Amino acid sequence: MSLPLSAASHNSPRLIARLAVCLLLACAAWPALAANAAGITLNPHCPPGFELVQGACRLRSLYQRYDSLQGAGVGGLKTGLPSWRDGFTPQQIDLGRYLFFDPLLSADHTLSCASCHQPERGFADGMGRSVGSGGQLSARSAPTLWNVAFLQRFFWDARADSLEQQVLEPLFKETEMANSPAALLASLRGSGSYRALFAQAFPDHFSEPTAGIELDQVYTALAAFQTSLVSLNSRYDQYAHGYSDALSERELAGLNVFRSFVARCAECHTPPLFSNQQLAVIGTPEPEGLPFDPGAGPGLGEPSLRGAFRTPGLRNIALTAPYMHSGRFATLREAVAFYTGGRGHAVPAGEDLRLHWHIWEPGLSDDELDQLVEFLHTLTDESLKPVTPAAVPSGLPLMHGPVTPTTGSTP
Amino acid sequence: MKKTLGFGAAGVLLLAAGFYLGQLRQPPPTVIQVPAAPRAAFEPADIAPPAAGPVWTLATPTSGELILVRDGESIQAAVSEAAAGAVIKVLPGTYRETVYIDKDNITLSGVIERGAYPVLDGEEFRNDAILYSGNGVTIENLYITRYKGNGIMGQAGNNYIIRNNVIVDTGVYGIFPQLGKNGIVAHNVVSGIEDAAIYVGMSDNVDVVFNEVFESVAGIEIENSRGALVEGNSVYNNTGGILAFITPGLPIKTCGDVIIRNNFISGNNHENFAIPGSLVSNIPAGTGVLVMACDDVVLEGNIITGNDSVGIAFTDFSLASNAAVDPESDPYPNRPVILNNIMLDNGGNPAPAVRAILAAMLETRGPDIVDTVGMDDGCILNAERFRTIGLEQYGDCPFETTANVASYTLPRPVPARDLADVDTGRLVYYGICAGCHAYNSRLIGPPVQVVQALYNDDPEGIAAYIARPERKRPDYPEMPPQAHLDAATRLAAAEFMLQLEN
Repeated sequence: MSLPLSAASHNSPRLIARLAVCLLLACAAWPALAANAAGITLNPHCPPGFELVQGACRLRSLYQRYDSLQGAGVGGLKTGLPSWRDGFTPQQIDLGRYLFFDPLLSADHTLSCASCHQPERGFADGMGRSVGSGGQLSARSAPTLWNVAFLQRFFWDARADSLEQQVLEPLFKETEMANSPAALLASLRGSGSYRALFAQAFPDHFSEPTAGIELDQVYTALAAFQTSLVSLNSRYDQYAHGYSDALSERELAGLNVFRSFVARCAECHTPPLFSNQQLAVIGTPEPEGLPFDPGAGPGLGEPSLRGAFRTPGLRNIALTAPYMHSGRFATLREAVAFYTGGRGHAVPAGEDLRLHWHIWEPGLSDDELDQLVEFLHTLTDESLKPVTPAAVPSGLPLMHGPVTPTTGSTP
Repeated sequence: MKKTLGFGAAGVLLLAAGFYLGQLRQPPPTVIQVPAAPRAAFEPADIAPPAAGPVWTLATPTSGELILVRDGESIQAAVSEAAAGAVIKVLPGTYRETVYIDKDNITLSGVIERGAYPVLDGEEFRNDAILYSGNGVTIENLYITRYKGNGIMGQAGNNYIIRNNVIVDTGVYGIFPQLGKNGIVAHNVVSGIEDAAIYVGMSDNVDVVFNEVFESVAGIEIENSRGALVEGNSVYNNTGGILAFITPGLPIKTCGDVIIRNNFISGNNHENFAIPGSLVSNIPAGTGVLVMACDDVVLEGNIITGNDSVGIAFTDFSLASNAAVDPESDPYPNRPVILNNIMLDNGGNPAPAVRAILAAMLETRGPDIVDTVGMDDGCILNAERFRTIGLEQYGDCPFETTANVASYTLPRPVPARDLADVDTGRLVYYGICAGCHAYNSRLIGPPVQVVQALYNDDPEGIAAYIARPERKRPDYPEMPPQAHLDAATRLAAAEFMLQLEN
């Protein structure tokens, strides 16, 4: 196991504490735990929400009873889903789960994917901007991973087209997990237990006795796990499927504000995923003291998209405060109130943005804003939340905040 | 708003101006011909099956259930009580509410007595008058006024009929079906709307026919839709009469096969009072028909008169100068078809922005028809009759009528959304039950094998239990009730669970 020399130059107390833990475990506890982990058998069953069909896990949802106009997966209550990723093997998904929680993936072995995508916080981290390697702040907020299987583009500025492409940034960016491809590969190959797990997940590759772990397999397994994070069983969904008692009167009033052409929320946060997956310039403010974030404009080389961000889905939104790309709004109430503050009211002087036409002055009442928030809470569903492993194959301690014990056994 | 108004059109037209200034402005001599053979028939795209028999077969199925709503009662209460197939009759009176229809096959029908309508009054603080997401709604004979949002707003309902309504001074859009397939919008009278009086967006197979729309920013707008027939409408004194648009940034990105036929499009010279930032705020007053980026638009038999800027205009996204670019939307219109139309007295008093552009071309009068893109795949019949700009590369049209398309609605309704070939029990088991139950191991609830042993041949027993579970095992948490699934769905899930083998 190689220690992160580059990260050691950042002398935050937090890092030093983490390093101490890491050293301790690496030197003493790791071999013992690793021996334990060597006995891991990857789950041969698909996670909840999936059916095993000819060796591959296929998504199953009541929404598959419905179609949608032009197959676009946008519409109203009984509208089919947009296209999605599935078809991974149960073992690939389960290997991805172990990798996801394993700090071995970061340069200094103090951060896992779950550090910023915590299951207990809607697979986000409760922070406006995430903290990466050496205590460094990222530029933007960690987005939820719920329902990423349905996304066509990733990151707030839509700069990646696949989960496999996306994962390269957090793994290897200096402000995030700060690893390098070579070091990551060395860590995994040097970890006694991972080879057997990769062999279960990628049996064809490992039928060759000299075969080793490959980085593409890491990316595949992480994508496999993330596509299993499906949330489509909220109380809203019960209403959508036809159970009229699923929502209270106020929640229904909130739904009607949400889809009204006054608030216009549903025009971009369109059911069933509560996103139309388009870029939009809406002009939200940054936290105090932060410069204006130009969003997707620079990356796409398109000046008119200055300040544009990908419309995020709203499922499990009540779990992922604070809100917007850099967490300016601490509560859902503040976030919805932004939309009634007037077109461009928070755009800094000197910025000439092509604000989206749905940003206007709806004049929503306080009560309507409250109803909206109440409705947004009906989009919470964690019924298919995966089990957090009790230990990870590297033997490193889990690094993602408080973990509530989950009922039942860990497979 | 006024500032942005000119710039989009100005940008486009200036390009055109630069190009045409260099051209010889002498029109070609008119050639008189007598056709030797009839022209070919219009061949609609495959979304438009040729109709045989009655023009419309679309009707909301009824069950015989009738619910009367009287003045002072709530329409929503009736909708909540109604089952699919119910007819809700609303008597004259004033109804102060938002009505939402989230079930299928509901007929909401006003009763008009000696000119008195049932009135839905938004009192300038309610959002929308009617929201529907169910399939197969009919909404008719209502008078809707003073709402902030839309009069009638559909979200993904198919097979809808919206007819014979009067919508006055109601917010953003009068009639607004979106994300649905197969619908009819007919015989409505709509006025005083800040965007489009009648809007059809991200939809397929819709007829907008025999409506009267006036004193709105846009009369009728077809946006990002395929298979739309706009026929027989009276469209006057709006800022822009009839629009066929691709709007960039929407998730469904195409527009095409729009027939605009036999409409009366006159005097659309109303001052633009659109909401700042909206796309229609870019429309110059005095625009008869405006096609932005939409493909295969056919104009036939319209009487287009007295529109002070231009009769018919084709443009690309430069008009939408206040919207962000969408790299995935095609900004250019293609294959316009201009059959025989009557055009009189258009362009007589162009809006300032249009006037400025015309001045650069040494013109003071707006044209009957302008193509700011200069398309080379368009066609026009009897081009010599009109004052045109940008149509030099248009050819002769191979057909002269689209009369063989009587409707773009489908000969049969779109099937119920529940797809016939899906195994509901399987979807419920894996999609919901499996969150707590695994086949042979303990998850949150007991293993499926244990359930199978208990309820061997009794799926009805499971279906009944899961609706109202009670605690049976001290070592397991109590099961949450699944009454949100209807009886048939619960039974399907139970049957699936009992035959599971791994």
